[in-house]
Amino acid sequence: MPQILALTGNEAVAYAMKQINPDVVAAYPITPQTSMMQKFADFVAGGEVDSEMVLVESEHSAMSATLGAQAAGARSMTATSACGLALMFEILYIASSYRLPIVMPVVNRALSGPINIQGDHSDTMGVRDAGWIHIFSENAQEAYENTLQAIRIAEHPEVLTPVMVTLDGFIISHGVETVTIFDDDKAKKFVGEYKPRYTLLDTKKPLTLGALNFSDFYFEHKATQLEAFNKSAGVILDVGREFKKTFNSTECYEFFEAYKMDDAEFAVVVLGSTAGSVRMVVDDLRSRGVAAGMIKLRVFRPFPHEELAKALKGLKACAVMDRSIAYGGDGGPVHIEVRSALYGIHPAPMMCNYIYGLGGKPIEPEHILSVFDDLKEAVVKKSFKRRVGYLNLKE
Amino acid sequence: MAKLKDLALRPERLSAGHRLCPGCGVPGIARLAVRSTEDYLVVGSATGCLEVSTTIYPYSAWKCSFIHNAFENVAATVSGVEAAYLALKRRGKVKENFKFICFGGDGGTYDIGLQSLSGAMERGHNMVYICYDNEAYQNTGNQRSSSTPRGSNTTTTPVGKLSSGKTGRRKDLTAIMAAHHIPYVAQATADNWKDLSRKFEKALEVEGPAFINVLAPCVPGWKYEEKETINMSRLAAKTCFWPSFEVDNGVWKLNFKPKEKLPIEDFLKPQGRFRHLFRPENQHVIAELQQEVDENWEEILKRCGEK
Repeated sequence: MPQILALTGNEAVAYAMKQINPDVVAAYPITPQTSMMQKFADFVAGGEVDSEMVLVESEHSAMSATLGAQAAGARSMTATSACGLALMFEILYIASSYRLPIVMPVVNRALSGPINIQGDHSDTMGVRDAGWIHIFSENAQEAYENTLQAIRIAEHPEVLTPVMVTLDGFIISHGVETVTIFDDDKAKKFVGEYKPRYTLLDTKKPLTLGALNFSDFYFEHKATQLEAFNKSAGVILDVGREFKKTFNSTECYEFFEAYKMDDAEFAVVVLGSTAGSVRMVVDDLRSRGVAAGMIKLRVFRPFPHEELAKALKGLKACAVMDRSIAYGGDGGPVHIEVRSALYGIHPAPMMCNYIYGLGGKPIEPEHILSVFDDLKEAVVKKSFKRRVGYLNLKE
Repeated sequence: MAKLKDLALRPERLSAGHRLCPGCGVPGIARLAVRSTEDYLVVGSATGCLEVSTTIYPYSAWKCSFIHNAFENVAATVSGVEAAYLALKRRGKVKENFKFICFGGDGGTYDIGLQSLSGAMERGHNMVYICYDNEAYQNTGNQRSSSTPRGSNTTTTPVGKLSSGKTGRRKDLTAIMAAHHIPYVAQATADNWKDLSRKFEKALEVEGPAFINVLAPCVPGWKYEEKETINMSRLAAKTCFWPSFEVDNGVWKLNFKPKEKLPIEDFLKPQGRFRHLFRPENQHVIAELQQEVDENWEEILKRCGEK
């Protein structure tokens, strides 16, 4: 029987890791990830998993050890946040180029400086182009379920690409929710066994990994990597469908959830935990006769350009909410993608962007309501007050 | 200890056809190291001369498994490989016995890789870290590292009107590694293959981490004749510039004591990187170097119970 437990998001992900029972887990503390690996260390100490834990001296070494372990044929995981992810930057690219299907939960937190330990998306957005699949979670349940699915996505023979599963710092990582933990047997069966094709520990076929590529092969290898990355889109959908069927899950495991979008005139595109508040505001507006809707983006990489364009086409106006900054870009990183997705689409909605929630700045329903008000006004006036604005910023 | 004949009969693990420089001190050291066990082996290398010269895609000079990750993290990378081995062995997925060797130059070991190395040694992974110390960033063209000796003419400490080469004393990495209280630490030169071979075997046999620092003369960086590599190592040992010793479970033991300790000039003279030190205005640098060598030698003699 599935268990219904009161868990923080970090604990929920640790439960997923317990069911995955990775061969190797490398860990290094950083707020707000720390309690996830503490929980997993409890499972190890209590004999509930038999993973080999490597308690490294930095996140750089966490990713380096995870890479080494995965290259040796072990299913390997680590987790981090913010500056820890930034310290891993170099090795993230190497892990993806070696086609090592590492799964890493990332508890989203603001990057320094100024130093701040609370939630925003600047950390994972900063490693946007590292060749990792990015899957966002709205709540602890999704973080748990996304982690289980991530193993299958990463290890798919046509994908072999690392995955980061993200959850908002503190809001999800430390908030306690009721979480359904599926039967161990069923979860383990879904995750399956890791069967790598090449490993350093293959005595019959020794492997050289990490050879120097000059201009005669580098580009070709990167293009091969990109082709495999793009194949992940179909696999993400397949795995999501199988997951829903296996566990009777009610969550949406497509690229995004389109909430009340069928007849919507105004919509907000959002990532992560804020989607819960947006959903509430949409319901409220609907009850007052406003045709409001929401796109909750689940998969940021690969970005679902075509599907999203289809979902947004025909809206009068839409706002993209970004919990990070892309300095000098056209608004935040999500806005840049959504705007690009709508190129050549007719009729394209009017579109604006809000930067919000940096460094844990609260986002309340009233702020989201003001976004929908701005959208309505812009349609009447045929222009926005500000095409890229801030939410809940002190004057 | 394996005899030379036995070693020679073992299958080659680092094959010919690599692209290290003629006269380079590194391949002899690496070949001997990877011959020093009959178990299966995974070799990791930091970015550096050995790595770029042995694995140019689509070729590899390695007959055993080899992994290169980045410059500063070979110890962390191989600690992951070793953890995987333990996990997979426990779970019955790997049956054979493996050993693990990391190679790093002085840049990848003394400098950028020191944290990763220290962490891996402290955690107690069963692996051997071998530093091939050519006393500068030789792969990128002789830039100073924290292993570069005082007075050395490098491309980032060039000799000029205001400069007589690298300033300051080199870092004593071997002592730092001994301070980790790991089972085995050693320092060696390549001219004494017997000593070197015994140290590699010992390092591979002990349970837990081992560290060996081997001086690796570099033809283009040190600027001496290609045929003189082994002689350079010998002069480093005989001038006590590079003492040969080991720290076996905390016990320091001297492995080579020259009958007559040669002056440091004998080591400096054949090398272009020290040529400027023989000009009158730079004589004080030689005196400083000699003093450092003497201090270091006295300390090692004391630690090894020779005094």
